[in-house]
Amino acid sequence: MEALPARDRRAPGALAGDGGPAIVVDQVHMAFEQHGRPLHVLSDVSLTVRQGEFIALLGPSGCGKSTLLRLVADILQPTRGAITVLGRTPAEARRERALGFVFQQPVLLPWLSAEENVALPLRIGGWGRRHAPAATPAELLQLVGLDGFNRARPAQLSGGMQQRVSIARALVSNPKILLMDEPFGALDAITRDRLNEELLRIWSAVRCTVLFVTHSITEAVYLPNRVVVLSPRPARIQRIVEIDLPYPRQPAMKDTPRFTEHTSALRAALEEA
Amino acid sequence: MTATGRVAAHDEGAVLATRPRRRESRLRRLLVPTLAVLGMLAAWQAIVVGFRVPRFIAPSPLQVLEVLRTQHDLLLDNAWPTLLETLAGFAVGNVIAVLIAIGFVHNRVFRQSVYPLAVTLRTLPIVAISPIIVLMLGLGFTSKVAIAALITFFPTLVNMADGLDSVDPQALELMHVLSASRWEIFRYLRWPTSLPYLFSALRIATTAALLGAIIAEWIGSNRGLGYLILAATYDYRTPLLYATMAVASGLALALFGLVSLIERYAIPWRQTSGPSES
Ligand SMILES: Nc1ncnc2c1ncn2[C@@H]1O[C@H](COP(=O)(O)OP(=O)(O)OP(=O)(O)O)[C@@H](O)[C@H]1O
Ligand SMILES: [Mg+2]
Repeated sequence: MEALPARDRRAPGALAGDGGPAIVVDQVHMAFEQHGRPLHVLSDVSLTVRQGEFIALLGPSGCGKSTLLRLVADILQPTRGAITVLGRTPAEARRERALGFVFQQPVLLPWLSAEENVALPLRIGGWGRRHAPAATPAELLQLVGLDGFNRARPAQLSGGMQQRVSIARALVSNPKILLMDEPFGALDAITRDRLNEELLRIWSAVRCTVLFVTHSITEAVYLPNRVVVLSPRPARIQRIVEIDLPYPRQPAMKDTPRFTEHTSALRAALEEA
Repeated sequence: MTATGRVAAHDEGAVLATRPRRRESRLRRLLVPTLAVLGMLAAWQAIVVGFRVPRFIAPSPLQVLEVLRTQHDLLLDNAWPTLLETLAGFAVGNVIAVLIAIGFVHNRVFRQSVYPLAVTLRTLPIVAISPIIVLMLGLGFTSKVAIAALITFFPTLVNMADGLDSVDPQALELMHVLSASRWEIFRYLRWPTSLPYLFSALRIATTAALLGAIIAEWIGSNRGLGYLILAATYDYRTPLLYATMAVASGLALALFGLVSLIERYAIPWRQTSGPSES
């Protein structure tokens, strides 16, 4: 249909752009207006994310991680530079629901049940009528470990459970790319570890590309294929570290020397930034 | 998958359980105010009888009760038109206020031009505008509805505009990521968010609308609770005056209760109700 690199290994009828990179960030510069002066947040950021890859974005607070994610999701537009998502502009990708977004807070609608919250993206724009879902909202609740809570209201769920609902909601329109902005940042360490396990399990089940913002070094080593370390504001890419630990990852790996090498390398990269 | 099952079971403890203790506190909530009111009436009766207060200055509760019993036809005949004016004014004022508030969130120019006008309108005392409205609309039903509507209009407008604006910015970003239209943002996000604000305005509006209707009847009417209040005062029929006040207050309480009841069904997520529905 469209003239794009033809390396399509998927079934016919799959979206054009398959096989190419999932996300290309090309010399992006971002500045906000603050008190009448420009505040430079991203400076010359370039990054290519392969399809199916799990990328962690690590950087100090306020450096511009959320901003980068928002640019990819077309919530913001870059001052300079270009972003390509599956060969399209972010706006096109957004309209095709190629992107799922998980916020730091669950952002659930309190008047809807867990299942209705997950189904919200299907209702909007009549998406559910026009597209057969890969998994129903009820199946997704099962996938995130919330079987039996379909009718519970957000107020009846714990913080960790609410965040799982929001992950299920991000997955319901079957996005190729999952953007996660510190999804577990507000949770306690035990819940966070548990949800990390679940996220890896979900990632291996749905096989999408993940861009995951965190400021936990452990998370940044445990989850991804690659870690992108950002410098303080204005954020440049400080270093990209390949994490060569095999999947499926297990909690015991956190005590291995290789894991510790990676965490020290990341800590050093953050410090020299 | 076994790990998942265990995790889910573990998390169940986090589901809020707020059931016991409810029944006891409900009984208390009814009993305490009832006793307080009865106590006050008893004190009032004792003072009026003990100090031999003349009946035209302050009647005793028993005398008022007597009027409520013997003259209930007169009271009902006059309560009915006031109730209709109140309900009509309530409906008109609130519907217009809600529509204008919806206009506010969707059009800045509209907001910037209409909001100051509404505030100015609010600063004019209702007792001063009411005669003007009567001059314009006559002495009939319409002018009374208009005054009741006007008095309910402003609080609802302000509350509703705040409610529609009070959406979580992150929820708006979510809607943007989902490419939701303005209508969908309104229907799925702004409207449900504003409902608690709307209902607190509606509760205020019940008593306000009744007040508006009574004031309108003072200006010119030969029936209604407002008329009855004036007539009873001029004739020194003080027990009837008190009985009329009791009826007016009963009407206001009934309307207030009705709105609160509807609120409970319209905003079920507001109560932290237990898992009774599943
Ligand atoms: N809409 C905006 N308008 C003006 N300034 C903004 C805006 N959004 C973000 N900023 C500024 O941009 C900088 C980076 O913000 P960003 O939210 O991207 O940081 P972050 O890396 O996600 O931080 P954290 O880890 O604390 O979430 C901050 O200094 C912030 O004040
Ligand atoms: Mg952030």
